[in-house]
Amino acid sequence: MTTVALFVPCYVDQLYPGVGMAALRVLERHGCRVVFPEDQTCCGQPMANAGCADEARPLADRFLRIFAGYEYVVAPSGSCVSMVRNHYQDLVPDHPGLERVKGSTFELCEFLHDVLRVERVDAAFPRRVGLHRSCHGQRELRLASGSERVVEPFDKVKRLLATLRGITLVEPERADECCGFGGTFAVAEEAVSCLMGRDRVAAHERAGAEVIAGVDASCLMHLDGLLRRAGKPIGVRHVAELLAGEEG
Amino acid sequence: MAAREEILAAVRRAAPPVREHPGVGGLGVRFPDPAGTFAETVAAVGGTCLRVADLAAADRALRELPVYREARRIASLVPGVGAGTVDPAAVSDPHDLEGLDVSVLPGALGVAENGAVWLEAGAFPHRALYVIPEHLVLVLGAADVVSDMHQAYDRIAVGPGFGVFVSGPSKTADIEQALVIGAHGARSCTVLLTEA
Amino acid sequence: MGHAESAALFVRDDARVHWHDQAVWWVRQKRDAGARSVPDWEALRERAEAIKAHTLSRLGDYLEEFERNATARGATVHWARDGEQHNRIVHRILADRGVKLVVKSKSMLTEECGLNPYLEARGIEIADTDLGERIVQLNHQPPSHIVMPAIHLKREEIGGLFHRTIGTPEGLTDPGALTEAARQHLRTKFLGARAGMTGVNFAVAETGGVVVVTNEGNADMGTSLPPLHIACMGIEKLIPRARDLGVFLRLLARSAVGQPISVYTSHFHGPRPGGELHLVLVDNGRSELLGQGAFRRALSCIRCGACLNTCPVFRRSGGYSYTWLIPGPIGSVLAPARDPVTHGSLPFASSLCGSCTDVCPVRIDLPHQLLRWRRELVARGQLPPGKRLAMRLASLVFRFPRLYALAGRLARWAMRATPGLARALSAGWTRQRELPVPPPESFRDLYRRTLGRP
Repeated sequence: MTTVALFVPCYVDQLYPGVGMAALRVLERHGCRVVFPEDQTCCGQPMANAGCADEARPLADRFLRIFAGYEYVVAPSGSCVSMVRNHYQDLVPDHPGLERVKGSTFELCEFLHDVLRVERVDAAFPRRVGLHRSCHGQRELRLASGSERVVEPFDKVKRLLATLRGITLVEPERADECCGFGGTFAVAEEAVSCLMGRDRVAAHERAGAEVIAGVDASCLMHLDGLLRRAGKPIGVRHVAELLAGEEG
Repeated sequence: MAAREEILAAVRRAAPPVREHPGVGGLGVRFPDPAGTFAETVAAVGGTCLRVADLAAADRALRELPVYREARRIASLVPGVGAGTVDPAAVSDPHDLEGLDVSVLPGALGVAENGAVWLEAGAFPHRALYVIPEHLVLVLGAADVVSDMHQAYDRIAVGPGFGVFVSGPSKTADIEQALVIGAHGARSCTVLLTEA
Repeated sequence: MGHAESAALFVRDDARVHWHDQAVWWVRQKRDAGARSVPDWEALRERAEAIKAHTLSRLGDYLEEFERNATARGATVHWARDGEQHNRIVHRILADRGVKLVVKSKSMLTEECGLNPYLEARGIEIADTDLGERIVQLNHQPPSHIVMPAIHLKREEIGGLFHRTIGTPEGLTDPGALTEAARQHLRTKFLGARAGMTGVNFAVAETGGVVVVTNEGNADMGTSLPPLHIACMGIEKLIPRARDLGVFLRLLARSAVGQPISVYTSHFHGPRPGGELHLVLVDNGRSELLGQGAFRRALSCIRCGACLNTCPVFRRSGGYSYTWLIPGPIGSVLAPARDPVTHGSLPFASSLCGSCTDVCPVRIDLPHQLLRWRRELVARGQLPPGKRLAMRLASLVFRFPRLYALAGRLARWAMRATPGLARALSAGWTRQRELPVPPPESFRDLYRRTLGRP
């Protein structure tokens, strides 16, 4: 049986615990033994993103120490996993545990798709769902081929979601345009951030989505914030919750 | 000259570790019918490509073109194609070419992937001949059409004279991205592609 | 005003910002179609990146080779350490020959050096001949985009401008008619100018030639009529060999506007018979940037504008929201190198979505450089003290799991107990968005309680 250390991003832990539980359930249903190293807190992305490398470094050190011994580290977050796989080398290049943990850390969908080789997810989600392609997952982890590059098309997240019973996947225009969260950008450039988010919402609306789903709760928090302020009935769910068949 | 030495010294001081030139091999596209693809691409970029048997046929096709029939001032650098009313070699100042209705110019090579024609315009009596007329006619042999730019640069001589790739008529989309054919150069570009 | 403040103003006109966004997005779509028509597109990008990296690693040798070959062809090569020297050189060439009217095709370098006002102050008229550039010149504005200078203006505004400045009929707004009017108007400039200036897209070391591309033919008109041609270039425009042009030219126009190639790709080697060709090589901070390991790859830029077009922030804030003449992602990594204080807002004017690097024909690591600039600026003390403190505090809390858990519990409690205060404290979020509904338990609480594991 595969043992997986669950890495729950700080904001998921505090604000979207259901996403963490859903990720755990999904992994267990696909044959994993899931452990949760309780010392974990934050990967340091908010600090690094704001340019505060000194503040991020101790958190990177901690993370690499806490997750050192595991064969697989899985998180329901593209941006946090990308932090570890793509940005830790700029922060703590000489950390002895870096390469090992980099090689072991996966976003949930890519873990199911690439490592467990899940062909079909045995769950139901009979709703019209628009998939929001969070940027870190899309362009840093290459969860999908993306709209910019001229490569053989693929989309690991969509492929998994498409196997859910009853689901209808709708495609918004500008399928992988950024929602505008961007970390500190969401507040520092509030005007453009919110305009970007409202434009994404409008695109999903036009495509007929009842639910917007994504792999990053940060993007979803931003879109959900805009939707609820506008009083729109579109729901926002994390992909982990869809894969767990939780219509909510 | 202090600036030259300063700049070269600064550039050498700052230079990153040497990386090898990767070469330009293994790239490009090979069309099964370069001339046919070329003709399509010329049309796609707003030009017209007429396929004709030989220079005599090119001349006949030229005389049927409305822009030629309406033209009063014509310059031709292609013997046998078009009856020039202006001899560019006898014009000493290129400014006097303003008002030229049609230039008929020889193309040295064509590129199928983008409809471009290479003109060795440094050898023309005046370079302006490819840009100053209202309408441009280029005469090119189908056998001189290659598939892509890599093949083009394998064949053409870059320098010592002036050369230019011309692909279709001049254009702009600077006003609200609305495409307008005919900016400062020719308003139309016709390529007479001869089989022989 | 930094980018955020300017962008906030731009965003206020909802119809206009969406118009600008859609207009520029359309160019991104054209680029996509152009790229997809080239099966070896990604291989081309890799090759272009490598050729530029090679060139920069031997730039000194290539500059000397270029100068040697250009001079052998009869061109005169000048070197300028900065914009001021560039302007003096150009002015001297023109003044020595009594030139009163110059026509200029698009050159962001001459914008960077401030050439136009320099010459105008010395009694030389300089007419920009690219239609978009002429429009903004007549409008007394800088270009808002490096490839589409007037993308921010509507046809009605251009029509009004032309009516006031070049005498077109009032109410004429059709782009075709306006372009025709500009053609006639600029014709007189082409015919009357005693000098033509161009930028340089590529300078070829092997042949000593320079390549200039346009769709309008304005560089060609401007250099085939006047006897004097001055071509200005940043020293990073070098490429080693003529054959390298095949790689770059297959990428450039497709990346910029989705065309397979520009209408005119002109290869200048030496002057016309009886004419003069002057090449001005400009450093103006480039050699310094070359020495900065984290940022040197920005010198590979071939000024296609693709990163601007794909940037969701650029599209919704416009070129004038950026504090430097080159906006968008590439501007945001080049500008801070010149002046980190004035341009300190630019690396933060990005959500780091990563689209820019995926459309860049030379694969510049733009998001990575933006992040590095943020680190640089923080190290220079340019983050507001309150934000730095907040980050220090957060970092401290995150180092102690029990402290973190407590802080989280307190924050969630406060959000439930005093929602008004929570909203007020997070006004930057709550002005336009609802806060998340704070759950009673965190994940780790739930995990312990429901799964009963220690």
